[in-house]
Amino acid sequence: MPFHRRGKLIIPTFNTNVPEKEKSEPTPAIEVVGLTKRYGRVKAIQDVSFRVESGQIVGFLGPNGAGKSTTMRILCGLLPATCGIARICGIPVASHSNETKRRIGYMPEHNPLPEDMRVVEYLRYRARLKEVPMRKVRAAVDEAMEICDLQRKARRRVIGSLSKGYRQRVGIADSILAEPDVIVMDEPTIGLDPHQILGIRNLIDNLRGRMTVILSSHILPEIEKSCDRVIIINQGRVVANGSPKNLRKEFLPKTTYRIRVNLTQSSAQKVLRGIDPDLTFASSEEREDGFWEHRLQAPSELILTEPILEALQKSDTRIREIARLQPNLEDIFMAATRRSWDETVAPFKGHTRPGVPMPKH
Amino acid sequence: MRHFFTLLIHELRMLFIAPASYIAAVLYLLLMASMYYFALSKAAEAPQEVTPSVWFFQTFWVPVWFMVPLLTMKSIAEERRLGTLETLMTTPASALQIVLSKFLSAYLFYMLLWAMTIPFPYIVNAYTGDSVPLERLFDEATMIGGYSFIAISGLLYIAIGIFSSSLTRNQLVAGMLSFCMLFVLILSGRLMMEFPLLTLEWLDQSRDFVDYINSFEHLEDFSRGILDSRPLFLYGSLTMLLLGITTLVVESKA
Repeated sequence: MPFHRRGKLIIPTFNTNVPEKEKSEPTPAIEVVGLTKRYGRVKAIQDVSFRVESGQIVGFLGPNGAGKSTTMRILCGLLPATCGIARICGIPVASHSNETKRRIGYMPEHNPLPEDMRVVEYLRYRARLKEVPMRKVRAAVDEAMEICDLQRKARRRVIGSLSKGYRQRVGIADSILAEPDVIVMDEPTIGLDPHQILGIRNLIDNLRGRMTVILSSHILPEIEKSCDRVIIINQGRVVANGSPKNLRKEFLPKTTYRIRVNLTQSSAQKVLRGIDPDLTFASSEEREDGFWEHRLQAPSELILTEPILEALQKSDTRIREIARLQPNLEDIFMAATRRSWDETVAPFKGHTRPGVPMPKH
Repeated sequence: MRHFFTLLIHELRMLFIAPASYIAAVLYLLLMASMYYFALSKAAEAPQEVTPSVWFFQTFWVPVWFMVPLLTMKSIAEERRLGTLETLMTTPASALQIVLSKFLSAYLFYMLLWAMTIPFPYIVNAYTGDSVPLERLFDEATMIGGYSFIAISGLLYIAIGIFSSSLTRNQLVAGMLSFCMLFVLILSGRLMMEFPLLTLEWLDQSRDFVDYINSFEHLEDFSRGILDSRPLFLYGSLTMLLLGITTLVVESKA
């Protein structure tokens, strides 16, 4: 499939294994096939494969040392991979890194910035380096500063004197400067306060559809709110890949209901017997003034809140609370990383395994 | 090419807004002025074989040892420590352009520092009046030869500094490394001449080689006004070699 853009470049994709049906699909913004990186005997990532369609916002999750940064650095052409293929807009990174660098805006993990430059000077310098046409440099910088809310307060400030939040915004403004096709951000919200995180989330939301964004973060609710898709990586392998909804189905097929009533477990079981055969009791705890908190589990596709409520009302039970607990990304993350943990550390069963907390509800 | 000029202008700007460069320049001028003062007072005390300006140029290694590491140790090591080298490498600018821009900006600053010593004879002349004629102080052949030697050897010295700065993320280590390399490079030729080794017959052939790499020998030629192409080739080729290696280092461990 020939690839034309900006006129002169025509590069065929080299993957001959793609079946005819897939060839007619649009080129994915990021395509990674079987990527492996070894540092000596240590495998940082192993056989990582994923695709990101253009215009998507993808969250890249994983515990510390899982290989997130390594994958991102390979995508940006900073590190050579040991084996495997990474393509940006259909162009292989390893052989055409100059071309892929023009299509990527990268914001590294700690967002390094020169301390003694002014914000506007720095961004203009970066814009020139990123091949923004000379006449458009001013406009591009002003636009990026406007988007990142730097224009009024921080325009002429020296970067070294900026607060963490502003520095982070300068980094983001830098990564969107040349309007690249793909933006790679390594932990953009690290060390920010909730207001600033909200601001940056809105900013990333604004980019939806225009640019492809891949961002890593530890703050899971952030990812859940702003990302179309989630890729979870653990110990160098992709352990989950899909929208939060699909992942919920895959990793946590059961939904938990929490009810607080004045019934003990055996009497509650009697009352709720007829609702659904799959509804099971997970735990029961006695709380204040004779009330009990029961946790029930049922398959996620069923919505049993109303039947439970009706059954409880019929039996004249006093109800203090009833809740259907949606598993959030944190639970998915825990379940997915724990599962891969089990797979990789399985031979050592019987010894103490590093404790991974169970999903809590 | 476009990136190279963008980078070069950036580098020069960073040099000129940094207080450290002004401090370095002032210290350098103090050092050079006292050197020149010594040269003059030596000439005033007793008749000398060489003119004050030749003597002045023969002390070129003093500022080289201190100024070159100070000027260059920051260039790549600091960017690597801060991580800005990484962001620089994700732009379409190539490693060679980055290295060359850093080299050229440091070299231009180095030459600017040396250029500031050109007025010394005029200043002396202005104060002493006609008692010391200007021709004695400002011998054209010596001045042109000496400054061309400084310009040509400066290429290699700055390249050594940039190279050692690319090897580490610690400025101090980079500075020490370039100091040691400069020390060996400048003194080795002269020391080898002093060693009794060269009196051995079978080593006699190597005298030509030692002469070839001896910086003081080059300086002597240049300060007599002889512009020789052999040192130019030596310094030029070594500079290119070092900058090439530096590019590879930057590329492989950005």
